[in-house]
Amino acid sequence: MATQKKAVALISGGLDSLLAAKVMLEQGVHVEGINFYTGFCVEGHTHAIRKKDKLKPKRNNALWSAETLGIKLHIIDIIEEYKDVLINPKHGYGANMNPCLDCKIFMVGKAKEWAIENGFDFIITGEVIGQRPMSQRKDTMPVISAESGADDLLLRPLCAQNLPETKPEREGWVNRDELYDFSGRTRKPQMALAEKFGFDDYAQPAGGCCFLTDKAYSVKLTDLWASRGQRDYEIDDIMLLKVGRHIRPRPTFKLIIAREEGENNFLQGYKKQFTTLRTMSHKGPLTLLDGSATEEELKLAAQIVARFSQGREANSVDVEVTKNGVSQNFSVKPLAADEVLEQWRV
Amino acid sequence: MIELDARRLLCPMPVIKTQNIIKTMAVGDKVRVSCTDPGVMQDIPAWCRINGHHLIEAVETDNEFLLTIEVGKR
Repeated sequence: MATQKKAVALISGGLDSLLAAKVMLEQGVHVEGINFYTGFCVEGHTHAIRKKDKLKPKRNNALWSAETLGIKLHIIDIIEEYKDVLINPKHGYGANMNPCLDCKIFMVGKAKEWAIENGFDFIITGEVIGQRPMSQRKDTMPVISAESGADDLLLRPLCAQNLPETKPEREGWVNRDELYDFSGRTRKPQMALAEKFGFDDYAQPAGGCCFLTDKAYSVKLTDLWASRGQRDYEIDDIMLLKVGRHIRPRPTFKLIIAREEGENNFLQGYKKQFTTLRTMSHKGPLTLLDGSATEEELKLAAQIVARFSQGREANSVDVEVTKNGVSQNFSVKPLAADEVLEQWRV
Repeated sequence: MIELDARRLLCPMPVIKTQNIIKTMAVGDKVRVSCTDPGVMQDIPAWCRINGHHLIEAVETDNEFLLTIEVGKR
């Protein structure tokens, strides 16, 4: 009896990777999932920070996919290693700060390393030719295979019939005739296959699975780098880019102003790391000051924060500014709406 | 019982921390994970089901979530 072959599947939590893994399971392959956490994944519960979203289900779709498939899922923290992918992408960025091609090369390469360490035979992804403008094109898919080092151990079950034979097909580990020939941006073949497999509750993320494809997020990241004079980040930086209003009234500092209670609670966790501003005489948002500000600039910051408090129409609002555990109080007149300049908003 | 502090981390980091510590533990050992992201109440149980570990308890206290897991066979 032939030994059961083992495939590691890149599981994003979306439909395509779910289907690709299912196709392999149907062929009798032992499949385990791998999911990489870059810090920019929408899959995280970062949208759950906002209170209004707490009513929505908070399932992690990669875990849901694995449970639906009945396979194990290994979630790998690649936050540190991913910095080089984002900061120095060999193949450049997509429409925003998304280094999609380098990202996929990196992840497939990591999956190959994992496969070797854990005795797996090949790697599968849910890629479909023409599905994505950067990483899933006929000309870039061979680049991923080659530059990741996976070469012909990388099988894309959903579009394999449009691609040269891989080792799993040549060796008879999988039956090429039972793989698929999907191509293009249409989702109809995937939806039909999902129906065939009885999947009806799969994730359909509107903006992809990565914050780096989001224009507003990319603008904030670019601003962060420009303000620091270097392209680098820590995990807290990229988390905070997802939260609050970001207002940069001076090049040396920006304000991160909570928009509602959930964000207020989240920002509380950063009070020790940042200068904070709180309105004392009126209800208002917790605000972090990222960077450094002179006394005069602190007063300006207080006026901006007062603008976003319930005292916005008052003649004077008391604002407490705390830095390194030491507080000082400002009584300021809130800025008028048109005094919070549009170009300050990041 | 091993104590794992995953407070202030957003999912999936508490899951990853749990996964990584369990890799170093033996079958039958227990770990209690402290978290602040409510998402763990869904994600860690799902991760346990998928990977064959036993969730013994999941309780919410003052804005914290405590999950106790017994390591299963891998």
